[in-house]
Parts: sequence; C-alpha cells; structure tokens
Amino acid sequence: MTALLTIIVLVFILVAIWQMVKIFDLAQAKNENSQVATDKDNAMNGYLMMGFLAFIYIITIVSFVKWGDLPLVSNSASEHGPTIDNLMIISMIIIFFVQTVTQFLLHYFAYKYKGEKGKKALFFADNNKLEAIWTIIPVIVLAGLIIYGLNTWINIMGVDESDDPLIVELYAQQFNWKARYGGTDNTLGKANVRLIDIDRANILGLDESDPNAQDDIITTELHLPVGRPVLFKMRSQDVLHSAYMPHFRAQMNCVPGMITQFGFTPTVTTADMRQTPQMQEKIQNINNIRVEKSKKLMAEGEDALERYEFDYLLLCNKICGKSHYNMQMKIVVETQEEYDAWIAEQKEFKNSLVN
Amino acid sequence: MSAHADTNAHDDHGHHHKETFVTKYIFSQDHKMIAKQYLITATILGVVAVIISMMMRMQLAWPEEPNVIFEALLGKWAPDGVMDADIYLALVTIHGTLMVFFVLTGGLSGTFSNLLIPLQIGARDMASGFLNMISYWLFFTSSVIMIISLFVEAGPAAAGWTIYPPLSALPMAQGGSGMGMTLWLVSMAIFIASSLLGSLNYIVTVINLRTKGMSMTRLPLTIWAFFVTAIIGVISFPVLLSAALLLIMDRSFGTSFFLSDIFIQGEVLHYQGGSPVLFEHLFWFLGHPEVYIVLLPALGITSEVIATNSRKPIFGYRAMIASILAIAFLSTIVWGHHMFISGMNPFLGSVFTFTTLLIAIPSAVKAFNYITTLWKGNLQMNPAMLFSIGLVSTFITGGLTGIILGDSALDINVHDTYFVVAHFHLVMGISALYGMFAGIYHWYPKMFGRMLNKNLGYVHFWVTAITAYGVFFPMHFIGMAGLPRRYYTNSNFPLFDDLANVNVVITIFAIIGGAFQLVFLWNFFRSMFYGNKAEQNPWKSNTLEWTTPVKHIHGNWPGEIPHVYRWPYDYSKPGHDVDFVPQNIPLKDGEEELQH
Repeated sequence: MTALLTIIVLVFILVAIWQMVKIFDLAQAKNENSQVATDKDNAMNGYLMMGFLAFIYIITIVSFVKWGDLPLVSNSASEHGPTIDNLMIISMIIIFFVQTVTQFLLHYFAYKYKGEKGKKALFFADNNKLEAIWTIIPVIVLAGLIIYGLNTWINIMGVDESDDPLIVELYAQQFNWKARYGGTDNTLGKANVRLIDIDRANILGLDESDPNAQDDIITTELHLPVGRPVLFKMRSQDVLHSAYMPHFRAQMNCVPGMITQFGFTPTVTTADMRQTPQMQEKIQNINNIRVEKSKKLMAEGEDALERYEFDYLLLCNKICGKSHYNMQMKIVVETQEEYDAWIAEQKEFKNSLVN
Repeated sequence: MSAHADTNAHDDHGHHHKETFVTKYIFSQDHKMIAKQYLITATILGVVAVIISMMMRMQLAWPEEPNVIFEALLGKWAPDGVMDADIYLALVTIHGTLMVFFVLTGGLSGTFSNLLIPLQIGARDMASGFLNMISYWLFFTSSVIMIISLFVEAGPAAAGWTIYPPLSALPMAQGGSGMGMTLWLVSMAIFIASSLLGSLNYIVTVINLRTKGMSMTRLPLTIWAFFVTAIIGVISFPVLLSAALLLIMDRSFGTSFFLSDIFIQGEVLHYQGGSPVLFEHLFWFLGHPEVYIVLLPALGITSEVIATNSRKPIFGYRAMIASILAIAFLSTIVWGHHMFISGMNPFLGSVFTFTTLLIAIPSAVKAFNYITTLWKGNLQMNPAMLFSIGLVSTFITGGLTGIILGDSALDINVHDTYFVVAHFHLVMGISALYGMFAGIYHWYPKMFGRMLNKNLGYVHFWVTAITAYGVFFPMHFIGMAGLPRRYYTNSNFPLFDDLANVNVVITIFAIIGGAFQLVFLWNFFRSMFYGNKAEQNPWKSNTLEWTTPVKHIHGNWPGEIPHVYRWPYDYSKPGHDVDFVPQNIPLKDGEEELQH
C-alpha cells in the first residue's frame, strides 16, 4: 500500500516537473538570452529569501513543539546526568541565539540589498575592528564552553575506586549483551575469549582456575541498586560494539582485545521513573500510537502489539552487523533489597558449568 | 616565479597538432576536458548515491513493508519487496562512500580545481597534463570497481563508510566483509592514488605557473581554497592508504595490526596483540581533514560567487585566507573527537575537545565575513548566488551543532545518534553540495560555452533548500531522543515509537528533494546542446578565466597570457565607471591598489 502510494507520489512529482519545465520553456521563448538575473528575478528571489527565513523559524518552532520533549536533556537517571543536561541546555541556548540572529542577518541582507540596475554597491573591503569583534566574541564564548565542558568530562570519566563501586562487566557479542557481576567479593575473575568453552557452558571465557571467578554471576538482564556507584568494565568477543545507556547519559565502546570502562551512579529506580509525569505522558502517547497500529495489524489478521511499559535500555550503538538494530538489554534499577533478592536467585559461575 | 608563465607558451601544448576523438574526449590531457570528465562521472555516481539514500529513507519511514521499488532495484536482497537487514547496512556504507569520496572529493575538487586553477592563475594548463589524465583515469577505475562491488554475490561492503575492523576484517562477521570489502579497499586504494596525483599537480601548478603579477595575495579565494585543500589531501590521504593496506594484510595475510582475541562463530581466531582503536586513529587522521577537503573548495567557490554577485569585494580577504589556513591546520589535530568513547584515554578526549572547539573561531569569522559581504551590496540573484547564500545558511545551522558534538561531555550521549547524522549532513554534505551546485551554475558557461536555464535553476534551488531543511532539521530531534543511527528499523524499540511519524515527515521531504534533482539533471544535460550561447563574461566577473575565449582552445589564451595588476575583488570600486575591474586592467594613474 505504502509502496503504491510512494510510486503515485513519485509519478505526480515527475509530471509536475515536466509541466514546470514546459511552462518555463514557453516563458523563455519571448525574452531570449536572459539567463542572467534581471531586476525582476532579484526582487522575486529577495522576497523568497524572507519567506525562507520564515520557513526556518517555523520549522524550528514546529519541531520544538512536536518533538521537543527532548528526553535526553531532562529526566536523567544518573548522578552526573544533570550536569550534562545543564551543559546541553546552555549550549543549545547559545546555538539558538546565534542561529536566529545570523540567519536573520543573512536572509534579511539578501532581501534588503537585492540588486537593481543603476545601483552601486558599497566598496567595503576591510574593517579590522569588526573582524576583531567577531573573532574575540566566539573566543570568549568558546573558552567558557570549553572550561565548563572539560570540567564535566573529567568529573564523569574520573573513576573514584574509593567509594566502593559495584563492579559489573558488560559483555558484547553479535547480537546480544551479557552482564557479569563479581559476586560476594565484588571482584571479577580473569577472563579471555580464548578460554571460551561452549561445551562446558563457559560462554564468557572465564578462567576456571581463578578463585575470583568462582562466585561470578552471569545474567542477561542488568540489575542495578539505586544510589550505589557502578563501574562497568566492557568487553567484546567479536567486533566493535558500543554500550549506550541514554537515560543514564552513559556510553562506551566495547573493543575486542581490550577492556574499557565507564562509571555512573543510578539515581532513579525503574518504578519511580515510570511514575514521573513526563514519562507517564510519553508512555501514554506511545501506547496510543501502538493501539492505532494494532488496529491495522488486526485487520490484516496479525497479532496486536503489546502494551508498552517503560524500561531503561542498553542499546548497541556501533554498527556490528546484520542484527545491530536489535541488540539490546533491559536495565532494571531497583532498591538495594530488591537487588539483593534478585542477585541471590542467580547462579554462580562454578555452579553453571557443565561437566 | 610568476615569470614562468610566459615560458610555458602555448606552442608547446600545440593547438596546431591534430586531435582525434580519443585524444580530445577520452585520453585528454587538457585540464578543461578533464574537469568535465570528473564532473560527469561524479554526477552519475551522485545519482546512484541519491537513489540509495531514497531507498534507505523509505525503509526507515515504512520499515519492513513490501515496496516494489526495493523489489525492482535490490532483487534478491528484497525478497517479496521487503528489504533485507544486511543490504540496509550495505546501502548506508555505499551511500557514504560514494558521497564523501567520489562525489564531494573527486567530483568537487576534481572538477573545479582542474577547471579553475590554470584559468584563474593564468596558466596554459596544469603543471603535468599527463599526470592529470592518469589521475582522472585512476578515479574512473576506482569508481568502476566500487560500482562492480555492488553486484558481489555476498553483498557489497556493509561496515559503514568508516569500515572499522574487526567487522570489516572478518568475512564471518558479515556477508559484506568478504569480496565486497576487498573490492571496496582496492577501489579506495586506487582512489587515493588518484587524489594524491591530482593534489600534487594542483600544488605545483599554483606555486609555479602563476602569470606575471599574480602574487599569492592577488589569488582569488577559490584558488586559495583549492591550494590548501590539496595540501591537506597530500598530508592526510596517505595515512588512510596505510590503514587500508594494513587492513588488507590483516584480512588476507594473517597479520594482527587491528585484531586481537576474537571468538566468532564458535571458534577462536589466531589474531593477537592488535587494536581496532589504532585503526580508528589512522582512519580519522584522514577522516576529519576529509571533512575540510570536502568543505573548503565549496567555501572557496562561495567566496568567489558571493563577491561577484554582490558586486562588492569579499569582506576581509586576508582574514578569509587566514581562516582557511587556520582551519586546515586545526583539521589535522582534531581527529580524536570522533573517538571520545572509543576507549582511548579520557585525557586525550580533553585535548581533542579543546582543539575541536577552536575550529569554531575561524569558521565563525568566515560566516560573518560572508554576511558582511552581502551588506550594502547590489545582489544579483543568479542561481549560483542562491546556492552560495544557501551554503552559508546550512554551514551556520550545521556548524553550530558541532559545538555540542565537539564537546566530549555532551558527545557521550549523542555520539552515533541521528543528531550526528543531521549535523554532518548539513555542515559538510548539503553545504558542500550547494558549493558544487553554485560552482556548476557559475562556471557552466565557461565549461560548456552555453548558459544553464535560470528559471529551472530557481526551481531547483528553492525546492532543494526547503527539502534539505525539512530532512535534516527534524533529524536533530530524533537524535536527541537517543535514536542510534545505522538501525535497519526502530520497531524493536517501542521506546522510539513516538518518533515514527518524524521519520515519515523526513522521508517525504527527502523524496521530493531527491525527485527535484531531476530538474537539475535535465537542465544540465539539455543546456549542453540547447542552452543559450554564453557571452565571454556573463557575470561581469574580475577573474582571469573570463578573459579566455568562449570556445575552448588548448593553452587557454590565443595570444599572450594576460598580466595581473590588481586583486580579484575590485567590484564597485570608486573612481571607475563600471562596477567591475578585471584583474588584467592596469591601475589608473594615481589609483591605489587597496591594502586589502
């Protein structure tokens, strides 16, 4: 159906182009050899420039109204999240200010100074003062942004081992994620993909002789206790992947042959996040869309879509092959008690091996 | 130095000796013909790349729905008209490769450096016509190989245009990493050879063959841009070549430059001790300067077109040169901003944030200078002028979001999302494309001796301008919602269901915009034969190319090469009756050459 629609649209566009070409050709025949802009052209395009300026402003406003809930500059769920969000908002304010002013000047000048026969332009080749001004202003603004940005960056990337972070390994493979917890000693056992033994169900290549590895716990869901710093150690067994956790403002590549790391402290449990008004509205909106889609699907004899409930997600964000688009893992942030109960149910590595 | 020009008399090049069809149109050594060969080759590849992007957009708007266009164009890759996930990644890869390298590097620099360097500096031809011919034919060969790779049994390269190993190195990781990737690498190696030969030629020509009086500070800004672009190319392309060669070694000869500790499809591979991060460094050492290799020629063209059509000198000529040089220098020390979260030391991230944000300064200077050039001008709204103004507009919109992406702390969260896609398409894709269009509309009379139809040009510009914003502006918002790029469909994430309608809006704009490029193609090919005959200097421009006869001759000028007495931007200079004074007009008595 859509395909047919697409083709119809394409055909109409082609017809439109063909018609327009014909009209222009006919119009051309009268005043030959004027492929250089005339005063009339200048005037028309000058007005269109103002129209285009309006279009830019309108599309900006419409985009903000329709899609501007900007889930990534609010409702962060990690301790460092708000600092990134603040920096983002400051940068955006600067950007929109500069964008609005410069686009106005550009298009307004294009309209105001549209060419007329007999008019002479101002011979104005240079002005050191002006140039100094628009060199120095960006320097000052950028210096501020750089200082703020670097401060934020260093705070985020610096790992403080002293506040006893929960150590979790994120293990990537085509096309799924595993999480490995250090167990009671909170220490990950040694591992290398060369030690993978599928027959013994040693799927992450843990060193079976390492005492630290014995109590490691491997899971397919990532559970995190709220309020406790987590330090992720990332590994990949095959190609590059990227562990992207947008709600926590966290991302780090997983690189075969090396261990990368990223740390953050989750601050909002999944249950609490579901209750925030902003999230409720988003979920409601998504579910309305899904209900509409389901109606269509059911009419075609297919199953309806499930109702959506919010969960934090870990997504793969580095192209990794065919099913890259579906490489995800659910993240659950919960209270310490819930987390303790969950982790107690999981199998330790030494008990998960098959002999 | 400039005295050399006359020793390079046109008799050497001999427009007397007989030309056959082959020497004139195929194995031509004439820079003007080579420019046209580049342009037409790039146009054809551009059409392929646009069709590919249309298919990607349709897939994203209506995921996994049968589409007869897919069925017709993709064949076995779209059983029953539903696009396969593998081929989607291949389309992404080939679209990027064709656009970045073949259209906007080969096509843009190849066309306009070749056409304009000899004409604007007053030279009979390139320093080496033979190398120039080889350069084009290597470009042609690499294009053919790239196109052939589309028809490989297991699929074309599909690891993204950045071809990060191990994905690109292991055929078992992805169908496209077999023969498709081999052809991709071979094609790129040949392309780089072509680009290096071209760049060396441009550099040597600009340094040695300027006509009498054409000092470096009287060069048009186009030439400055092409010159600096060529220098960046010579510095950075060899690094990509080395990365490609090392990758070929890893793939075919068992070395471990980029690979280590890999377990895939049930077996451990022998690779040990290499690092994919090393490849990222090598790739982006070219990859980032590449952005400016694409953009600077477009900015150069814009400078010339805006000045000519504003009937005003370009504002801040020296500042423009300084900012080109500053951008060129900085571009070679910012590559790490593509790798903030690659696992490299966070301290390096700080350094690259610093250098990256510095680039905003020369860029801002350029933007403000363009705007000031328009101020109190007498703007002639030719299609080339519209595209130049459009370039400044998209350059600002796209460039500004670079402040977010270049900031390592913010990049954590928008890295590899659609925010990036929106940013680079506006700032280098659309901007460079506008520069290319501006160049084509402006120098078409010089290339083909005929005029393009201006009304079709207007239609082409306005529809393109509106649809380009319509495509890439909303895209920022799906990026900020956390949607990763290079996803075949988003339907596995209900979280993004509310963005589906944005994708439809974007796709509709894209289809309209893509379809209206037909207006350009029609105009372009039709005008070659039926366009109005061009005058010698239709835009009343100051630069030397407009002193050559409309009909192309070997050696460019029938008589002596004109001497140059002034800078190229004496538009509306007080004390002259006409509003332009070409560079070859001597100073009047008592007239001062401006201390520009």
